[in-house]
Amino acid sequence: MKNAIRSWVKALSGSGRVGLSLVMLWLFLAVFGPFLAPYDPGAFVAHDVFAGFTAAHPLGSDYLGRDVLSRLLSGARYSVGLALAAALVASTTGTALALVTAVSPRWVDEGISRFVDTLISIPSKILSLVLVAVVGSSLPLLLLVASITYFPGAFRIARSLAVNLAQMDYVQVARCRGEGAVHIALREILPNMIHPMLADFGLRFVFIVLLLSGLSFLGLGVQPPDADLGSLVRENISGLGEAAPAILMPAIAIATLTVGVNLLIDSLPGRGRRIAGKE
Amino acid sequence: MQTHVEVRGLNVVAGGTTIVADVGFSIPRGGVLALIGESGSGKTTIAMALMGYARLGCRIAGGSVRVGDTDVLSLDEDGLAALRGDRVSYIAQSAAASFNPSRRIMDQVVEPAVNHGRMDRAAAETKAVALFRSLALPDPESIGERYPHQLSGGQLQRLMAAMALITGPELVILDEPTTALDVTTQIEVLRAFKQAVREQGATAVYVSHDLAVVAQMADAIVVLNKGRIRENGSAVQVLQQPEDEYTRTLMAAARPERVAVEAPKGAAAPLLEIKGLNAGYAATPILRDINLTIVRGATLGVIGESGSGKSTLARVIAGLLPPTSGSVNFDGARLPPALSMRNKEQFRRIQLVFQNADTALNPAHSVGDIIGRPLTFYHGLKGAAATRRVAELLDLIKLPASLADRACGGLSGGQKQRINLARALAAKPDLIMCDEVTSALDTVVGAAILDLLAELKRELGLAYLFISHDIATVRAIADDIMVLYAGTQVETGRRQGYEGVARHPYTDLLIGSVPELRPGWLEEQGARPAPPAIGQPKDGADLCRFLPRCSWRVCGTCEEFTPPRHLTPGGNIILCHRPEGASEGAS
Repeated sequence: MKNAIRSWVKALSGSGRVGLSLVMLWLFLAVFGPFLAPYDPGAFVAHDVFAGFTAAHPLGSDYLGRDVLSRLLSGARYSVGLALAAALVASTTGTALALVTAVSPRWVDEGISRFVDTLISIPSKILSLVLVAVVGSSLPLLLLVASITYFPGAFRIARSLAVNLAQMDYVQVARCRGEGAVHIALREILPNMIHPMLADFGLRFVFIVLLLSGLSFLGLGVQPPDADLGSLVRENISGLGEAAPAILMPAIAIATLTVGVNLLIDSLPGRGRRIAGKE
Repeated sequence: MQTHVEVRGLNVVAGGTTIVADVGFSIPRGGVLALIGESGSGKTTIAMALMGYARLGCRIAGGSVRVGDTDVLSLDEDGLAALRGDRVSYIAQSAAASFNPSRRIMDQVVEPAVNHGRMDRAAAETKAVALFRSLALPDPESIGERYPHQLSGGQLQRLMAAMALITGPELVILDEPTTALDVTTQIEVLRAFKQAVREQGATAVYVSHDLAVVAQMADAIVVLNKGRIRENGSAVQVLQQPEDEYTRTLMAAARPERVAVEAPKGAAAPLLEIKGLNAGYAATPILRDINLTIVRGATLGVIGESGSGKSTLARVIAGLLPPTSGSVNFDGARLPPALSMRNKEQFRRIQLVFQNADTALNPAHSVGDIIGRPLTFYHGLKGAAATRRVAELLDLIKLPASLADRACGGLSGGQKQRINLARALAAKPDLIMCDEVTSALDTVVGAAILDLLAELKRELGLAYLFISHDIATVRAIADDIMVLYAGTQVETGRRQGYEGVARHPYTDLLIGSVPELRPGWLEEQGARPAPPAIGQPKDGADLCRFLPRCSWRVCGTCEEFTPPRHLTPGGNIILCHRPEGASEGAS
């Protein structure tokens, strides 16, 4: 296992390793961030608002004089955690439905596909705005909104993979053997589409981070006194003119998180590339 | 004769491996040299090196290639670009994949001549039409206006030859140009190639794995194995007195000997019995009125060209495609038409082995998983018992038991095909349907698979439905042979029945199109006589499907009435108006 991980990391390109370090850093911060925070994220601890970098407040203070580092560390948990959960729900639902369509009769495929097409045709930001406006913002709702918005894309990709794989000879062999639909979906088709779906999962995670940050920036996401990275940008927007660290730091945080994930999935060793690399 | 192309000490490496080692030969001006060998022998790599080209990951590491006065390997990019497609041209194996589907044929054919500034567009088109005519293409004046999808594989292959010859190249490289074609098309394409290359006075290099085809085309033959020359001599010498052991192996594999013992005749109860079977996709009927019987332990060979419905027949029997009418009886009981209506025992007793082991084995599973799954599924074997049985099966197909933990990815084509077969054997079936199982393999490997099939049949009493497009392979293994043409069963009978002269005109064409392993055969064949004139085919009548191509058709009968079935003196049943089929006789 240890060797497998080591050779996997070795197969990554330079930019891939940068991406991997960024992703590991953010995962670490999301889990342990609150314990590392020097101050209570809600406490007014600085004498000055929009203070610069000081020894007491390494990333300055925000518009109310709270410690930006502490708020970032606690905000990361919302951004990373919520996006991870939503990306998991979206990718799993999409892949599962795609497998169902691949092994079901045509009318099931048509039904599910047209339903998903309907979802795709609804503008995602507007849908989120309406839902949040009607029900009011809460963490479960944000999770739901992000999942509904991003599962149709995952389904489309997974379906095109699964339908092609279902035509492969080894699937025909399994059907002639008399195998049931569950075996065919999980043992014959799924293992051959898991790699591209993992890459898609990473992309979807990035999209969801941006969607949630966007919603928070509009004031519809995570509500005060809690804050995710997007809300941190929004609440300190008045510091933009002063180039205060309070607004730059959360923006840089969003950028490093999404760029890191992108770098990592871009360099994921694909099957074809691994073989080419060997020669 | 003056030497035109000379290769000396050619080395090509891929990574750290040498794939072509110290190869040298020379061709006189206007000569045809054949490079022959199995896949991986380096024959295409050498052909590409003649154009100064090495495929991605490969590098020409040493040696010299001279074409005329040019040292090809010392040319820079511009020099190579001027050489390729102009003085040296290349005809690839799959013309269908080499034409751009969104452009007209003429635009693509004249491109080399216009791009290299040999002639203007109008002159190039005139020359193209002349080439179309000498390549015996239909409608030479207007064929250039069509798109690639409107033409057949054989026509595209000839059009590609026209593209290669339009600049009047001094060297033409033909890389397996007829391998993807049906045997009846191949003979026409070979004839067209030979004439066109000779008219141009070009020197040619013909790359192939098929000795019989090479015998028709080449003056000299270079036999390659693993990137090295095994034998280099004139075509007559190599074919008639091969000096090298490897050449003799190739010759033996090219025309497989009869491998199977005779099956018990007729007495046994039929295992598979099909009556009046019709099947198709949506509104398109594919199979019409198929009747066949396979007794226990016997082999039925099914032969026909691509699109004749051979694979569809196997899919219908397997249950993947429910028939539109007719009955399939297995061991006396009616077999339900669709997969969902069959029970596990019915699944187990009929196993289907696909042509292409690369796609028939799941790349995500290990060899042990693949062979072990039918054991668990049908026989409930698990754990150590399953492992032991997998090892036994691997032993049966002559592979080491240590292979069980490997993924299929790194195995050779022959090993994969054996595993493909072992998976079917694991079910302990009564009938195995083999769909072109040797077609994707090298002749030597394919011959080994045939031997294995015959041995398994002897030991386990299996019955086979053996599908192939190659009559020599079918003759080597089958007891009975059925000939399919466009979904109709034009001839059925014992293997020996096909040796007589009275046979269906299509069977006659099929057998007559297989090149023999001696130079000069192609010339002896002469062009087939044009089909005699007939009246307008009657609308709505269920006429003979072979009517448009038949050289033996009878005016006033064939275009009016549905052909009856006749019994030939050889004991075969043919679907033809002429009881004597394709032979002279009182009609």
